Amino acid sequence: MTASEIVRMTAAELGAAVRSGQTSAEEATGAYLDRVAEVDGQVNAFLHVDRDTALAQARAVDARLAAGEDPGPLAGVPVAHKDVFTTADMPTTAASRILEGWRPPYDATVTARLRQAGMVVLGKTNMDEFAMGSSTENSAYGVTRNPWDLDRIPGGSSGGSSAAVAAFEAPLATGTDTGGSIRQPAAVCGLVGAKPTYGGSSRYGLIAFASSLDTPGPLARNVLDAALLHEAFSGHDPRDSTSVDAPVPPVVEAARRADVEGLRVGVVKELGGEGYQPGVLRRFTEAVELLESLGAKVVEVSCPSFDAALAAYYLIAPSECSSNLARFDAMRYGLRVGDDGTRSAEEVMSLTRAEGFGPEVKRRIILGTYALSSGYYDAYYGSAQQVRTLIKRDFDAAFENVDVLVSPTTPTTAFPLGERTGDPMAMYLADLCTIPANLAGNAALSVPCGLADEDNLPVGLQIMAPALADDRTYRVAAAVEAALADRRGGPLLAGSAFAV
Amino acid sequence: MSAITRDEVAHLARLSRLALHEDELDQLAAQLDEIISAVAKVQEVAQGDIPPTSHALPLTNVYRPDETHQGLTPDQALAGAPAVEDQRFRVPQILGEEE
Repeated sequence: MTASEIVRMTAAELGAAVRSGQTSAEEATGAYLDRVAEVDGQVNAFLHVDRDTALAQARAVDARLAAGEDPGPLAGVPVAHKDVFTTADMPTTAASRILEGWRPPYDATVTARLRQAGMVVLGKTNMDEFAMGSSTENSAYGVTRNPWDLDRIPGGSSGGSSAAVAAFEAPLATGTDTGGSIRQPAAVCGLVGAKPTYGGSSRYGLIAFASSLDTPGPLARNVLDAALLHEAFSGHDPRDSTSVDAPVPPVVEAARRADVEGLRVGVVKELGGEGYQPGVLRRFTEAVELLESLGAKVVEVSCPSFDAALAAYYLIAPSECSSNLARFDAMRYGLRVGDDGTRSAEEVMSLTRAEGFGPEVKRRIILGTYALSSGYYDAYYGSAQQVRTLIKRDFDAAFENVDVLVSPTTPTTAFPLGERTGDPMAMYLADLCTIPANLAGNAALSVPCGLADEDNLPVGLQIMAPALADDRTYRVAAAVEAALADRRGGPLLAGSAFAV
Repeated sequence: MSAITRDEVAHLARLSRLALHEDELDQLAAQLDEIISAVAKVQEVAQGDIPPTSHALPLTNVYRPDETHQGLTPDQALAGAPAVEDQRFRVPQILGEEE
């Protein structure tokens, strides 16, 4: 099988080809490593690629298969991990100077489960430092470029993962979604990205940003591939005390079912209109009409508290981050600056953190420290937690009448590199539509719904479902994907500059 | 009205153990002011008797079986340390001369 045939396959097809012996894990991994070597100089999706380690893993998978083991449908399929998941055999930096060169002593649960499933780790992908950002421009190791237009952002914070999959440098990638960090990069790169129900995927070994929101999830070129990856790493993990002890929602079955007949779909009134790019709204409206033509019952739903979601998020997430990032104290691992024998531990700590953290991370630590300080706690953090209750109530009320809610995933398509780096509030607006599902913890997914007329860049349709009803988001996404592929005569990514 | 002063940012930086430069303090004071006035909206919405939600999942008392497992070896635990001495983390001075 040729390298270009391998890279063009879906992950599901590649897994089947490995199982049937048409190709091997080693051949598939080699094909993707060659593709990375060919294009990553332009895209800069990866922070770390280790050819020898990846090929050794692949040979071990081939040996498992030869011995009669059945690790599952993704055995032999390569995967790229966001550099926020610990990997015992590769560095893990969270794209921060403070963790430069750090080799974790253990694997994250997501990493370990995908190894168990026979997947081969190609490398670690770039991201906004500690997952704080919406463009991957906050990485300490350079920007990642959007394969649709190299002068534009790939989204963030999982922008290395989205760019890698969109540039056919990996068939699948992992990401994390705290305020939209999987769905927004998926939307602006023309991919499928899912934020599972909070607690549905384990946070063990995930470098923490905002622990009540952080959720690992899949990025893929199509809905079925995303579902296969989702299923492979999900499920109860006793090592994460917030992990849900419930069966994994039947996402793969839902992706194969792909019908919306009789499904009740709510269009969120508050997510759209003024401030949204006209081309984004046009594709969104067409996607809703498409769902109706496929037999869904569409109604408008009002979720008035969503208007305050962004404000609540930018108090809650920085508050949790200011506490979580206190662990980077220059004592047990990571960078240490200024330890010349004359300075106290506290001075070394302060110098190290000032040098090791980038501007956005410092901004959020200071903001969180402010919001949690006495005298301001009730007004800011306390009020934000009350808003969180209101958002949950809006979702609960909506899901009494509809099965899923839909909105655009992002207000605009991919914006130019550098456009928002000097304006934190403008950057934060990229997460406007995705944040409510994080605050409430329910399932949400982004699926491509076409290109905007103004700039020919991908637009994402966001589908939100109740907690533990992740399968509904896959069912709707698969129906949209199939109908649009029929109309277009092929997948959306076939139109990308990096299509193979 | 400027809600956040440069001195206040300097105080927050001390609490956060961040040795910020003078120009960073100025820049952060201006940016924090803008961000705080944008997020202050939560106070208008959170009116009345609304219980707070601190977490998406209402889980309480999550236990795991009390079993022993193999942890990290001392070498593994120390592998990423900036400085090591006698199989321990070597850290700068914590207490002053008088303490």
